[in-house]
Parts: sequence; structure tokens; C-alpha cells
Amino acid sequence: MVEPSAVRAGTWFTPYAAVLRSRIRAQRAYRLSFASEVFSAFLIGLVEFAEVWVIFHNVRVLGGLDLNAALLLFGFGQSTFALAQVLFGHLDTLPTLIRMGQLDAYHLRPQPLLLQLITSDISLRRFARASVALVVLALGFLRNDIDWSPATVALVLLTMLSGIALFGGIFVCAAGLQFYLIDGAELTNSFTYGGSFAAVQPATVFPTPLRLLFGFAIPVAFTAYLPTIELLGLPGPALLPAWLAWLSPLAALWVWLLALSFWRFGTRHYQGGGG
Amino acid sequence: MRDRAVGDGPVAAAAHPLRVIMVYGQLARAGFRRQSQYRLAMFAGLFTNCVFGFVRAAVMLAAVRAAGDFGGYTEGSIGAYVWLSQGLLGAMQFMGPPLDLADRVKNGDIAIDFLRPVDVQLGYLAADLGRAASTVLPRGVPSVLVGVLTFGLAMPTTPGPYLLGTVSVVLAVAISFLCLFAVALIGFWVVETRGIRVLYQVSGTFLAGLFVPVHMFPDWLRTIAMATPFPSILQAPIDVLSGRITGAEAVSVVAVQVFWVLAIGATGRILLAAGRRKLEVQGG
Repeated sequence: MVEPSAVRAGTWFTPYAAVLRSRIRAQRAYRLSFASEVFSAFLIGLVEFAEVWVIFHNVRVLGGLDLNAALLLFGFGQSTFALAQVLFGHLDTLPTLIRMGQLDAYHLRPQPLLLQLITSDISLRRFARASVALVVLALGFLRNDIDWSPATVALVLLTMLSGIALFGGIFVCAAGLQFYLIDGAELTNSFTYGGSFAAVQPATVFPTPLRLLFGFAIPVAFTAYLPTIELLGLPGPALLPAWLAWLSPLAALWVWLLALSFWRFGTRHYQGGGG
Repeated sequence: MRDRAVGDGPVAAAAHPLRVIMVYGQLARAGFRRQSQYRLAMFAGLFTNCVFGFVRAAVMLAAVRAAGDFGGYTEGSIGAYVWLSQGLLGAMQFMGPPLDLADRVKNGDIAIDFLRPVDVQLGYLAADLGRAASTVLPRGVPSVLVGVLTFGLAMPTTPGPYLLGTVSVVLAVAISFLCLFAVALIGFWVVETRGIRVLYQVSGTFLAGLFVPVHMFPDWLRTIAMATPFPSILQAPIDVLSGRITGAEAVSVVAVQVFWVLAIGATGRILLAAGRRKLEVQGG
């Protein structure tokens, strides 16, 4: 592949784009394996929705939400989480990189470590999981009586973007802590996967400590519960009034502030893989 | 490899039964001691179990209060269901990393296992039972205690459910392992088993009743679940331990578990024998 123009310097992003392109090609190289992974990811999405559906099959209204409202809740929470996983989910493998001493190779390159790791992979199969959640979200838009206006459209877009950023930041928080927790990597699952699980539950059912935890400390309530009640015109429980939904960019900013500090502490703590 | 095929547990077959039991006892102890080295990992597992437990308990409690009849569960018994299931997760390996065996099948190290004078399936099963036993104190008991302290669970006060429950938990660990063992052996025929493993993990945890009790499923879904071994891995030991079912009913649930141990154990042995014929190891 010879470019017609003699030398193209490219932008700062060119090397990252090259890695990402190669990862995309690599995943599609083994077609059968890729197809089975996409299919599995699709089924994961379906099973996760089945869990919600089974509860509402037994209970008409849970925490002030009916099944139609739960479609929105699940759709927002799971689609933003799955899309964040496409971009950031592979940060989960950091403990393996550290243990095998492979992280040192990243340190040798003249690019920021975190940016390299984030762009080191992209998980196409997880789009399948996101697609299930997006279909559920679309169903939620159709089956609820939403007063559509430019403001509501803006709220939906704001929620999606902030939600992806927020969950992405949580993955970075987890990665920063991994420098301390090589053996205890599972600890961070409590707020990555635990956070996504809590995000799709109606926050009204939480006792106050959990409401504070998932509303403000690890503010996953901003990704799904708050926008859902704001769209439906519901008031929201104590501590979590519906208008907070508009502040989701602030919540994402808070998580990234935490994430970058954890990452900084973590990389400072890192002593190298030896060898 | 073929010539050595008869080496499948020759010592085990020929030796005195007591010695055979001792060999597997040693393997179980090794599994126990190996797992107990990872203290931070145990704590991490417990912490994550508890966070999920708090969220699940809050949701389930609200569901019980909202529904007049939630599958016969009360506020106390739904708490017992949630915290027992969280406490048993460490032993069941549903969420855990894949078995080492999956890698050994992929890279050919399984050939070494075939040469050992111990039955491959039973040897790994013994080690896994040891591993599971080591999770009871650091993960299982504290998880239930957290539930007792924060939610107030309804647990049985007679020794019966605990005795039969222990049997049920051991059988459940065995079923869980034998299923994973069979799934890992698919690697003899398929290079990358991650998709299959993930599928197993996700559909398994759901049908086992981890997120919603199997008793809450609509009829058609419950019929599907009951046709699989999964409820025997989680719902069965929880029902027996929490005293939801007692007497003849509890014994029949345990009998179903025994059936699945035998059925999946046999499937695993067939796969192992077939995989052994398929296996081709390069080099030497």
C-alpha cells in the first residue's frame, strides 16, 4: 500500500488508529469464532433483559416503575454500559498485563500509557450486547407516553454521551486500582459490573446508604434511573430528584476526576515487571 | 498416546480402595491449600459478593413487598435466598476464571494428565472440592453473616436442613465442576472455547436462579430450567439449606442432584475418551 503523496506525517491520532484498525481486522479474521462470540454477546443481552422481565412478570410495579418504564431504565443503563465496554472494557485485562510483565512494553513507547491501553483493543462483539439494549430503549420510547420536544431529545443525547463517559471512567478507576490489587482484581468488579447492575434497578428501592453510594459516590444513577424519571415526569425519591438528570455531564466529570487521580497514583506506585 | 491409553488410573484400579481414597484426599487437600494462599483474592470476592448482595436484597425485598405473593417468599426467606446464593458463589465457580483444564486442552498439556496414575476427571474433581471447601469460611459464612446483620434472615432452627444442606452443597459443587469440565473438553474439537464458556456462564447463572429464584419464572421458563442441571447447582442447595423445602421433598431434590452428578459425570467421561482419541501432541 503505497500512498500517492510521498510522506504523510499524519496527526497525533494516526498511530492509535493503526492499532485499532489492526485489532478490528484481527477479530474478523476467524469468522466462525467471531460469529459465535457475537452470538454469545447477543444472548447475554437477552438474558440480562430476561432477568428484568421475570421480576416485572411477578410484580406489576417496582419502586414506582412499571414494565414500560423499566424498558427505558434497562435501555439507558445497559446500552451506555455496553458501549463503554466496547471502548474501555479491555482495561479489565490490566492485572494480566502487569503479572506477565507486558505492561513495560507500553512504557517504552513515547505515548501516554492510558491512551495506549484504551486504544490497544476494541471489542466488536460487545456491539451485539449494546444492540439488544438499544432495541429495548427504542421500545421504551415507543411504549411510554413521553412528551417529545427539543429538550427531551437533548436529554436523551446528553444521557447517552455522559453515560458512556461515566462507565468508561469507572473502568479507568478500576484499572488505576489494579496496580495495588494484583491478586484482588475481583474487588473492582463490585463497582464496574456491580455499578452497571445497580444502574438498571429503580433507585427508589435502595436504602439511604446505597442511594448515596450509587447516586453520588459512584453516580451510576445518572446513567439510567434519573433520566428515566425525568423523561416520564416522575418526581423521584428523597436525595434523587428528577432534575438531577440534567447534571449527568457533571457526574461523568466527577468519575473522570477520580479515574485520573487513581490512575496517577497507580502508575506512580508501579515498580515494573522485573525480568 | 494410544499405548498408554490403558494407563487411565491403573494404580487407582489396582490398589487397595483405602489407598485410592487417600490419593484423592491428598488432591482435595492440595486444592484447599492452594486456594487458601490467595487471601486478598478471597477478600475481594467477599466484598464484591456483598455489594451485589446489598443491591439484589434491596430489589428483591421491594419486589416481595410490592407483590402479594412472590413465589411463596417472605421478607425473611427472600433475604435467606439472596445471601445464601451470594455466599455459595465462591464455591460454585460460576463467575470464576475458566478451569486450568481449558488451557491444558488447548496447549496439549492434557497429555501429561493422561499419563498420571490418577483418573483425570476424578482427580480434578477432588482438587475442586478442596478448593470449594476452602471458600466456605472466608466467603460463604461471612456473606450470610452480613445478610443476618443487615437484613435479618429467616434461617431454620433445627439441625436437619443444615445436615441435608451440606450434602446438597457438596453435590452442587460437584455438578458445577463436572459441567465446567465437560465445557472445557469441547476444546478438543474447537480451538477457541471462550464464546461457549461465556454462553454457559450467562445462561447457567440465570437458569440456576442466581438473579431471580427459579420459583418466580413463568411456567414455560421454569420447565426449561428444570430440564437443565443448573437449578441443581444453586436453587437446590439454597432451598434445602434455607429450609424452604423439608422432609421427603428435600430428599427428592437431593436425589435429582445425584442424578445430575451421574449424568454429567458420564457425559464428561465420554467426551474425555473421545477427546483422547482425537488428541495429537507434537514434539517430545
